[in-house]
Amino acid sequence: MSNGNYNRPDLLDLDTKQETFLDTTEMVLNMGPQHPSTHGVLRVILKLDGEKVLGTECIIGYLHRGVEKIAENRTYAMFNPYVDRMDYVAAVSNGLGYCEAVEKLLAVEAPARAQYIRVIMTELCRIASHQVWLGTHALDIGALTPVFYAFRDREEILKIFEKYCGARLTTHAFRIGGCIYEIYDGFEQDVKNFCQKFLPKLDEYEELLTTNRIWVARTKGVGVLSAEDCIALGVTGPVLRASGVEWDLRKKQPYEAYSKFQFDIPTGLNGDTYDRYLVRIQEMRQAVRILLQAVESIPAGPIMAKVPKVIKPAPGEVYHSIEAPKGELGYYIVSDGSTQPYRVRVRPPSFVNLQALDKMVRGMLVADVVAVIGTLDIVLGEVDR
Amino acid sequence: MLESIKQYLSTNVTPGEAGSMFWATIYVLAITIGVSLAVLSMNWLERKILAHMQIRLGPMRVGPHGLLQPIADALKLLIKEDVIPAGADKIVFWIAPVFVMMTAFTTFIVVPFGRTAAVTDMNIGILFMLGVSSLGVLGVIMGGWASNSHYPLMGSLRSGAQMVSYEIAMGLAIISAVLMTSLGATGTGTLSMVGIVQAQADQRTWFVFSMFPLGLAAFVVFAIAMVAETNRAPFDLPEAESELVAGFMTEYSGFRWSLFFLAEYAAMLAVSSIAVTLWLGGWLRPFPNWLSGPAWDLAFSFVPGLTFLGLAAMCFIGTVRMPKILQLRIQTIGLGTFGAVLAAVGLLLLVPGVRERSQDVFWFTAKVAVFMYLYIWYRGTFPRYRFDQLMKVGWKILLPVSLGVLIVTAIVGVRQELWAALTGVTR
Repeated sequence: MSNGNYNRPDLLDLDTKQETFLDTTEMVLNMGPQHPSTHGVLRVILKLDGEKVLGTECIIGYLHRGVEKIAENRTYAMFNPYVDRMDYVAAVSNGLGYCEAVEKLLAVEAPARAQYIRVIMTELCRIASHQVWLGTHALDIGALTPVFYAFRDREEILKIFEKYCGARLTTHAFRIGGCIYEIYDGFEQDVKNFCQKFLPKLDEYEELLTTNRIWVARTKGVGVLSAEDCIALGVTGPVLRASGVEWDLRKKQPYEAYSKFQFDIPTGLNGDTYDRYLVRIQEMRQAVRILLQAVESIPAGPIMAKVPKVIKPAPGEVYHSIEAPKGELGYYIVSDGSTQPYRVRVRPPSFVNLQALDKMVRGMLVADVVAVIGTLDIVLGEVDR
Repeated sequence: MLESIKQYLSTNVTPGEAGSMFWATIYVLAITIGVSLAVLSMNWLERKILAHMQIRLGPMRVGPHGLLQPIADALKLLIKEDVIPAGADKIVFWIAPVFVMMTAFTTFIVVPFGRTAAVTDMNIGILFMLGVSSLGVLGVIMGGWASNSHYPLMGSLRSGAQMVSYEIAMGLAIISAVLMTSLGATGTGTLSMVGIVQAQADQRTWFVFSMFPLGLAAFVVFAIAMVAETNRAPFDLPEAESELVAGFMTEYSGFRWSLFFLAEYAAMLAVSSIAVTLWLGGWLRPFPNWLSGPAWDLAFSFVPGLTFLGLAAMCFIGTVRMPKILQLRIQTIGLGTFGAVLAAVGLLLLVPGVRERSQDVFWFTAKVAVFMYLYIWYRGTFPRYRFDQLMKVGWKILLPVSLGVLIVTAIVGVRQELWAALTGVTR
């Protein structure tokens, strides 16, 4: 890595300049892009005084694939699978956001049955995404075991995905205007079985971590982000809710069939890593609650709205956002009336949440940087696009 | 020749005490090979046990149930390219792993695996062990410094700070155990490893139970400090994988890395040996009071052989349970052979004569094995402490506790003399 930045600590914001003590100097540590716990290829330049973090600088783009530019050369339907590759651990949510944005542009609405299927798939995906977060976050803090438990149970969700649409990770489950696949026989039963089996397993995760003295010591008071800071930085999702702001797009701007279900928005008090952990665990419980309500009442009817074969929206622009597992996932699409979008801009929650890293780790220790990267739950595919 | 062997075996002292250079060399060789083998088997056991805790199988391919995996790994490490980073201080980089390994292995000179199964019985045995094992940190710091890289530097600094902090609590806990050797009718107080176990035999108790709960408290302090001392989870900050990549070993690879690995496990065995010697009665068999008498002595002398036969039986059951397919035939034969070797060892240990002489080593090893299991268990259960929290545990909890235990132990130990001095009445 012959990047000149490495030797240029002046790139870092030096407003925390401190007096040197006993003739010690600060050290610049290059963390990543090859590092076990930067969740992919994030590169963080740390300015350290011993173990204390004086400042950070995130360098991103190692996974840049130009997804937004690709969109300009694909038809609306052809671009749909690409969005799965952004947040690959929550591919279903990405697809949902894109399909809904195009539907909004076309002024069509998915049929009720499709909406229910979408909600079930998206909530399953939320649980799967949080399980990946839980496992890797615990691994970063040094607990080796939860990651295996989480991945074991995530497998059940992936099996349902596989049976539904043939793919496990990058599902491409939805189409513009609804769903293309009818649910398979026994889908409801599979989801119900999963929910029943999953709740005790969630207790098992909590048993390993929630009251673990070392876990609490490592997460309480670490990476505190106040509600004002969250809003100023545009942070969304569980990170925002853990700071005490009750903001969930599923409730505040209901889309799909979410307005028909009973669920709570779990919020935290302190905005520290421990609260974010609790909020995400509670979110998994709420997702199970939504799932159980949804599978009981899937309405009959078509699964695809009337959408023209060649999608050619009228000139105009649209912004639509959904509550992805990591926060507000927005799509801004400009149409010039042709079959291809003029511009697609994605508002990825990981990218925006990552901006809070510097604020959260200043004055903390190196070990906290790792914990905070984990608690922000970033996916570099989504940050870099 | 045979006569001299027989004559030596009939003596009741260690080669060091007997002044026999020849036997001392044999013992050193045996211990070096034994410790290396123990590290190899620890490697396999750790992977298997950790895997089963984490709902996976662990190594299964190389040999039956992955039994040959450590050997395959060792071979791989040996034939790997020898990399010394361009900016490294070559000589220090070269010396560091050798230094760490030498210190880790040297400590075993005074470990009493049995009454006679030690290289020598030094009269300052425990002091020697502490001194030599704490030299190991020097090698770690050398390795971290010589790598000329940020992660190893931070890892080695953490290691240095950690070992210095925990060594104090550890030393105080050890002193309180040494104080206990002066109790009892014949107790005179000793630093000799053999002497400490002898004192426990004379007092007919293990020090972990004596002066309850003082012995237990000192033991617990030591058991925590020794995990920190050997840089194992949850105190594995110097090699914290998720933070410092691999800590002080980041720039090391191949054989040099394997020396660090060997040293780490040898150090774990060494500190566990200290704990076993000081608090768990060393080579003494369990239940000396409850199940006492020559009949029970005889019964317990069969345990080592029967344990090996039990392990062999497990292997044979595994052979039967192995799927009967062509691809697994070699594995099945291998497992059967392994079982046969274990059975042969078990039968050998049942032979009178061998039986009496081998049980010391067996009990000592079994107790150390319990600690090894605990190490693995910790690793599967606990997240990692942060650096400041680690220091807090060391200085604010373990140090005061061990200091308090030491003072109270001393006062309780001399309470009669104190009473006499204060009141002038001798009871």
